[in-house]
Amino acid sequence: MSGNVLTIAGLSKSFGGLLVIDDVSFDVRRGSRTALIGPNGAGKTTVFNLLTGVYPIDAGRITLDGADITNVPARNRVVHGMSRSFQNIRLMPHLSTVENVMLGQHARARGLGDLLFPIGLIARNRWRTQAEAALHDAGLDTYPGEVVANLPYGVQKRIEVVRAMVSQPKLLLLDEPAAGLNETETRQLQELLQRVSATGVTILVVEHDMHFVRNLCDHVVVLNFGRKIFEGTPEEVHRDPGVLEAYLGGDGDSHAA
Amino acid sequence: MSGYLESQLIIFCLSTVYAYGVFLPAASGQLNLGAAGFVTLGAYASSWFNAQVGLNLPVAVSIPLSMAFTGAISFLISFPILRTRGVYMVLATFAFAEVVSGLAINMEFLGGAAGMPVEGYISVAVIVPVTFAVILFCFYLMSTRLGLAFRSIHDDESVATLFGVDVRTAKVAAFTLGGMLMGLGGALYGHQYNFIEAQTFNVLLSIYILLYVLLGGTQTAWGPIVGAAFFTIVPEAFRQLANAMDWKWLADSRFIFFGAFIVLMMVFRPEGVVTRTFIDRCKGVLTGRGRARPAGDAAP
Repeated sequence: MSGNVLTIAGLSKSFGGLLVIDDVSFDVRRGSRTALIGPNGAGKTTVFNLLTGVYPIDAGRITLDGADITNVPARNRVVHGMSRSFQNIRLMPHLSTVENVMLGQHARARGLGDLLFPIGLIARNRWRTQAEAALHDAGLDTYPGEVVANLPYGVQKRIEVVRAMVSQPKLLLLDEPAAGLNETETRQLQELLQRVSATGVTILVVEHDMHFVRNLCDHVVVLNFGRKIFEGTPEEVHRDPGVLEAYLGGDGDSHAA
Repeated sequence: MSGYLESQLIIFCLSTVYAYGVFLPAASGQLNLGAAGFVTLGAYASSWFNAQVGLNLPVAVSIPLSMAFTGAISFLISFPILRTRGVYMVLATFAFAEVVSGLAINMEFLGGAAGMPVEGYISVAVIVPVTFAVILFCFYLMSTRLGLAFRSIHDDESVATLFGVDVRTAKVAAFTLGGMLMGLGGALYGHQYNFIEAQTFNVLLSIYILLYVLLGGTQTAWGPIVGAAFFTIVPEAFRQLANAMDWKWLADSRFIFFGAFIVLMMVFRPEGVVTRTFIDRCKGVLTGRGRARPAGDAAP
């Protein structure tokens, strides 16, 4: 078994002639906490969508834990061991907190017996107990039965992370998990992710909050205009002239953004 | 029980069974305006399986067999129909019901336009427990992981897919099970009234059944029974009131009031009478744990 959970090689994608991901390659080491950063429109979320199979890719290869998943349909990728959260909250608004989390367990349900087990009727079953424990662990156990549409933004945002975690992935993809959270919530999220990481789950996170990235991540990949422009440690990223130029704008460089 | 009450109870039971047949796909976000077609299939199938000129089977066999038959047809047509979405699915299911109706009218061995006498009889003593079983089954189904998958598909199909839900299979299952329930309802109808004709199962029936479900609410299994009760009881209550008070104007125009009532319901409860939030509130009141909630009730 290689030291990489995820290998992306030569990934390319264009939408109607516009090349949004251009020959991107990088590896995510097993057990690492890797950040995928870049200016707005750099293609970070598109990379996530390609990894999870929302869109088919034009070229390249995606390998998850040794298995080539390039052509695996979206529904089966979670079974291969990756799950994600979304930049814009995509919880099921009409489901309760614990039901949303139990949806995250869906990929672990095996056969008709699990599908027809009344998880909503029997109060103490292993699915519900586990979902409630995951919520408790994330400090979200005050709202198990509440319909999520009525919950505050910061809470919904963290439920998204919990929902992705309970599928017990090898690789957890988090799309701006800290966006919109206040300082306390961000710190709680960071501690939660550190605990998750300690259990051996690899984390790939898209995030704009560089303070969060520095505290959490040990590896950084920087995208700009669909290309990888840097890969290294969080300490190095601030000193890289290419990255600084991408974020602050270089002189005479005419990227009409 | 008086004959009047019994007849109302039977109408309510049949409406409830039909409504659950439309509810199962609706809970996973698919609107079925073809209820009359499935009811027709079930009614004619059970009648023919039961008739001496048909298979001459006892009612206890012909009814389950008609459910299987309706389920099989539902399964087959679900593949083309589930390729359509939203209003197009409404139209496709509507068209299906029209095709079934046209076929029934033109099949001479089913009595054609003159209708078909049904031989075996079942009484209210069978219909009520069967209805109860249907309600229990739907509550159970909605509490399973499959039910959770239905409700997730209703809210966000693509996210459900990313979490491993087989969206197409779940939709086919909901549509097929719904078809079976409507077939059951049709079979019960035929054996209760002992006469069926395709014209009874018209588009108005399809519209009413869909309205039961939408006004009752698709978020919980309470919706169809509340919707069916509402539609059975309210017009009758208007009629009783008009009789009791001797208000001729109300007796004549009760459907105008009923229509206005439906419009008001759609304005004030666009997600149906029974929503998740509503159930939570009821539980809160019952257990005394209801607590203040921030403003902003239902989801968009």
